[in-house]
Amino acid sequence: MSDEAREAVGDYKFGFHDPENATIRFDKGLSEQVVRDISELKNEPEWMTDLRVKAYHHFIQREMPDWGNCSELNNIDFDNVTYFLRSSDATENDWDDVPDDIKNTFDRLGIPEAEQKWLGGVTAQYESEAVYHSIREDLEDQGVLFLDMDSGLREHPELVKKFFGTVIPYGDNKFSALNTAVWSGGSFIYVPKGVHVEMPVQAYFRINAKNMGQFERTLIIADEGSSLHYVEGCTAPTYSTDSLHSAVVELIAMKGAKIRYSTIQNWSANVYNLVTKRGVAHENATVEWVDGNIGSKLTMKYPSVVLKGEGAHAEVISVAYAGAGQHQDAGAKVHHLAPNTTSSILSKSISKNGGRSSYRGMLQVTPKAHGCRSKVVCDALMLDSDSRSDTYPTMEVGNSTADLEHEASVSKVSGDQLFYLMSRGFSEEEAMGLIVNGFFEPFTRELPMEYAVELNKLLELEMEGSIG
Amino acid sequence: MSVTDEVLRVENLHVSVDDTPILNGMNLTINRGEIHVVMGRNGAGKSTLASVVMGHPDYEITSGSIFYMGTNIDEMTVFERARAGMFLSFQYPAVIPGVQVGTFLKKSVQSVHDEPLKGRAFRKELNAAMATLEMQKSVLSRYVNDGFSGGEKKRLEILQMLLLKPTLALLDETDSGLDIDALRIVAKGINSVAPQAGCLIITHYQRLLDHVQPHYVHVMIDGTIVRTGGPELALKLEEQGYDWLEEPQEVEA
Repeated sequence: MSDEAREAVGDYKFGFHDPENATIRFDKGLSEQVVRDISELKNEPEWMTDLRVKAYHHFIQREMPDWGNCSELNNIDFDNVTYFLRSSDATENDWDDVPDDIKNTFDRLGIPEAEQKWLGGVTAQYESEAVYHSIREDLEDQGVLFLDMDSGLREHPELVKKFFGTVIPYGDNKFSALNTAVWSGGSFIYVPKGVHVEMPVQAYFRINAKNMGQFERTLIIADEGSSLHYVEGCTAPTYSTDSLHSAVVELIAMKGAKIRYSTIQNWSANVYNLVTKRGVAHENATVEWVDGNIGSKLTMKYPSVVLKGEGAHAEVISVAYAGAGQHQDAGAKVHHLAPNTTSSILSKSISKNGGRSSYRGMLQVTPKAHGCRSKVVCDALMLDSDSRSDTYPTMEVGNSTADLEHEASVSKVSGDQLFYLMSRGFSEEEAMGLIVNGFFEPFTRELPMEYAVELNKLLELEMEGSIG
Repeated sequence: MSVTDEVLRVENLHVSVDDTPILNGMNLTINRGEIHVVMGRNGAGKSTLASVVMGHPDYEITSGSIFYMGTNIDEMTVFERARAGMFLSFQYPAVIPGVQVGTFLKKSVQSVHDEPLKGRAFRKELNAAMATLEMQKSVLSRYVNDGFSGGEKKRLEILQMLLLKPTLALLDETDSGLDIDALRIVAKGINSVAPQAGCLIITHYQRLLDHVQPHYVHVMIDGTIVRTGGPELALKLEEQGYDWLEEPQEVEA
């Protein structure tokens, strides 16, 4: 990286960018034709083209949400977004076949190394499509399908057609409509009955181009009694103009299955991150979201679980870090539709240097869902008085047999803690870093160790050079 | 004692918090290898003395100075003092949620020591110190002071002192709230550090002095030392309290 580039990137470690060597790049802006062109380029079945077009018209008509950070949402210039950019003509299964500049990027992000050490499969998406994909042979032999979404649709059209959009229909919200219209890339996973995927599989999403829109679509189906841990990471270069990331993630956990979906979102501070994530848990199934939001300009994301079958369980652990110029509007939603379902939501947020973090949560218990238990805990930590933290919890409880707990706290770093740590040799920044890492510990301990170490380093970096 | 053995010198120290004077002309010199005990009623300024020597930002020095190893440290930050070899065992150690004791100790030693022990050497020393203090290994995976009993907190303070090997150890009511066994163990820790350091022990009770032999006992009243003696002074205070010291004409025999 040149000194000039480094200066532009500042403290954000992943803000570098590569030359843009697109093989196909659409003109900026969105129209029905753009939607049709994406579908045609991918040679999709007609039902998918029709679905995209319907979703596009819904997107155009649908009002912008009147909640969250409306003023920022209304700043998004949809005409100044590139909706499709192909950077490599093929999805390779050998890193040596991936174009050099792209491979270098993923090397710098440590993906091939992680893959060798501890992952069961990797998909690496660069701009609109996957440039690399692999899965361990033993998983393949057990019938596990792990593909990028485009290949998933090509190779398993009946499975995709059966489940696509069933958890998050395009009409769910404006951005799910947008995603359904222009989706490209993402992961498609099917785990057969009774198969336990022991090693996590990972997807890594990288935006490189300016004013890029990335709209990956992920569909994960865990058949009866199976289990899977899926991990995703995201970064982008730092530009002075904005990019848009609007993904849709649908999870389906059949009877007795378990899906854990872990995210560390570390977009650069020029990315709008507006993502819809929802899972359905059937009888005695478990869906867990482990959701970390460190980067982006504005994130609005509320991982959700629909507890559809008796005895199903939902777990959402989320953290958000909002620094200067950032708004993390994050949280969780759980819908208890069946009896004896249980859920636990833990949300922790940190605001610093004028950053804003909001917890927005929804807990619903329907009249028929007897004997449900739920615990919601939200903790906010403010590192200075310029920053802001809000909580918007909603509870809709339709019967009297539910056992619900809600705890919320807002705290500041105390002078006593700082004095104590500094008396043990830590500088003020190091002390802050320790306190912040400790505050997020209930989240980091749920991550694979490699991620936890990386996240702690990231947070320590955020604490540097910021205390006056 | 030669000049080079001087660890701490407090000269005519006046200290205020929010414009309320707390220390009013303190003078105290501690040399290496000496154990000084400071006693006095609540509010006499004992804890303030320890905090201000460690550099607590809430205390304002209105006049006078503090010298550590012959250097004026008024401008040094808290962590610079720690890195220079000063240590404060807190009366109420702060809770640091989510930070494991093991990680904390390792990082602290790395911050303070120029050439910190690493890997196996560090673990060996840690194990030995924990054995001295009769501490369970399981403490290392707990969060710093989180859910600790009073006695556990004080033992963790002493463990840090053993690992950091300070040149000046300030112990603020480390003996308060300890049962007899814990008191004996904490004293063992102090005695192992004391020969290489200057020690300032703030206490309300004579009983710690059954285990730790002080060279000097000072009595503080209203922010200044009114009387200095040997261990026998602590015994007398235990029997008679502080009232007799306030008789203006009283002269110690």
